[in-house]
Amino acid sequence: MRAMVYRGPYKVRVEEKPVPRIEHPNDAIVRVTHAAICGSDLHLYHGMMPDTRPGMTFGHEFIGVVEKVGGSVRNLRVGDRVMVPFNVYCGTCYFCARGLYSNCHNVNPNATAVGGIYGYSHTCGGYDGGQAEFVRVPFADVGPSVIPEWMDPEDALLLTDALATGYFGAQLADIRPGETVIVFGAGPVGLYAARSAWFMGAGRVIVIDHLEYRLEKARSFAFAETYNFAEYDDIVVHLKNITDNIGADRVIDAVGAEADGNFLQHVTAAKLKLQGGSPVALNWAIDSVRKGGTVSVMGAYGPIFSAVKFGDALNKGLTINMNQCPVKRQWPRLFDHIRNGYLKPNDIVTHRIPLEHIAEGYHIFSSKLDGCVKPIIVAEG
Amino acid sequence: MPAYPADRPNDPDTSALVERIPGWGVDADPADRPAVPKELPVGPAPGVHWQVPEEQPGREGRERSNEHAFLPPVFGTSTPMGGLSGIVRRRAYRFSEARAAHWLILLAADRVAATEAHVRSFAEGRPDNPITETGVKAELTHHGWSSRVGAKRADNNHAWIDPILVGGPWVAATVVAGLAGRAAVRGARRR
Repeated sequence: MRAMVYRGPYKVRVEEKPVPRIEHPNDAIVRVTHAAICGSDLHLYHGMMPDTRPGMTFGHEFIGVVEKVGGSVRNLRVGDRVMVPFNVYCGTCYFCARGLYSNCHNVNPNATAVGGIYGYSHTCGGYDGGQAEFVRVPFADVGPSVIPEWMDPEDALLLTDALATGYFGAQLADIRPGETVIVFGAGPVGLYAARSAWFMGAGRVIVIDHLEYRLEKARSFAFAETYNFAEYDDIVVHLKNITDNIGADRVIDAVGAEADGNFLQHVTAAKLKLQGGSPVALNWAIDSVRKGGTVSVMGAYGPIFSAVKFGDALNKGLTINMNQCPVKRQWPRLFDHIRNGYLKPNDIVTHRIPLEHIAEGYHIFSSKLDGCVKPIIVAEG
Repeated sequence: MPAYPADRPNDPDTSALVERIPGWGVDADPADRPAVPKELPVGPAPGVHWQVPEEQPGREGRERSNEHAFLPPVFGTSTPMGGLSGIVRRRAYRFSEARAAHWLILLAADRVAATEAHVRSFAEGRPDNPITETGVKAELTHHGWSSRVGAKRADNNHAWIDPILVGGPWVAATVVAGLAGRAAVRGARRR
């Protein structure tokens, strides 16, 4: 089969690989019809995530058609069109039994601090991902769902991570009706988080980024008030000034490990890999939220230490909520929201790229060229 | 003397939002949200029909965090360890996830593995191509110049580092190979 293969930092190519096989009785093999490149794939692409091995296929956002099932699979049949959450999870461990599907303890030998994620290094379990023609899906009776007939395939694809995570991030912020919410990052997850903040009754939603075309999308898609931090000497002071010098009630970090805005933080994290992530957005979140407020973090960070301003968080009495999203818990409500016309997820898709051109796709997304917000990979033929 | 009051002087006006924003307030009840409560009442996830997951075969030699009591039943088999990088990785797994050594050694192993992969690509007759594999051609086809120039982008101040990170090792390897070749030729002439 054809598959994207990581060759080292900033380098990927498409190669022939063996079609994955059933390795466990509850596995399925899925023929991928749509995949996406996620902002967090860029952390792998840039070599930031420890134990990312050349030869691995990335891709934790994908949908497809069931090609083969293992002997114990009951809930899926060959030919079913399925959407697959980015979490690999067993459904029965201590954490899954409590709904913490993103924290499964039975699927990742390499680390206990993170669950299993498709195509996301051996630190997340060593599973190949969906930027390929076929992918192995463990615990096929638990993770995947059959795509509803009425659902646009691209919307189903975006539900496998970006939309679910953005919606989850807004929930982590614990928004109460009428409150002021700041979202750092106008990438796909930030856009969805901003849009979701309105579902929770926010009174004001402010989005911060440095890419003007993404801020335009935040205004048109997420109905947000926007500011380009590159135009301000100190964005935190500006945010304080526009929030009664008290700060926002809730702030969401939808940027994660490669945040810009501080040269030293960015270079030591994203280029020199001396931090698990550049915590610029997280520190701005801590500084721009009001005392007693909530910071929500679902931007991805690596496992190494990061220079986070915990003193400010402590002294302000903040609540910091965070996790990888347990995707499937979000689906029923989001299905309703899509069906009711509250949002159209694929409004943010800007690039549809054949698998054979995936190296260009990574470069366009990584370098923020051509107005790229969300690139998806489409099967050819 | 000014002082901060008990309420925000400029509370947002929400009266028109329900008309302007589709779905405004549909999840307004904090208790009625899919991620609330964080932990659900204990029970198997929907779809489960086993008490304990069966074990995936092929467990011998599979590395694991020393914070695990045993190898979990299911695991990825994407790219097993091998070569010099595999030796380095095994060293890393002696340290727990709590130790910086674990992660820093793994990062070092990643760089060793990338070098191994590049060398192997030549031996396998499909050498890595830094032009096609970096996708840098997109600079010409997808507005590389106009996407950056004239825009207030914070990443413009470090974009110059990327070509050095990507191309530097290739240039260095070429120079070293050239010098080694020249030394070998000179040595042969002297003999």
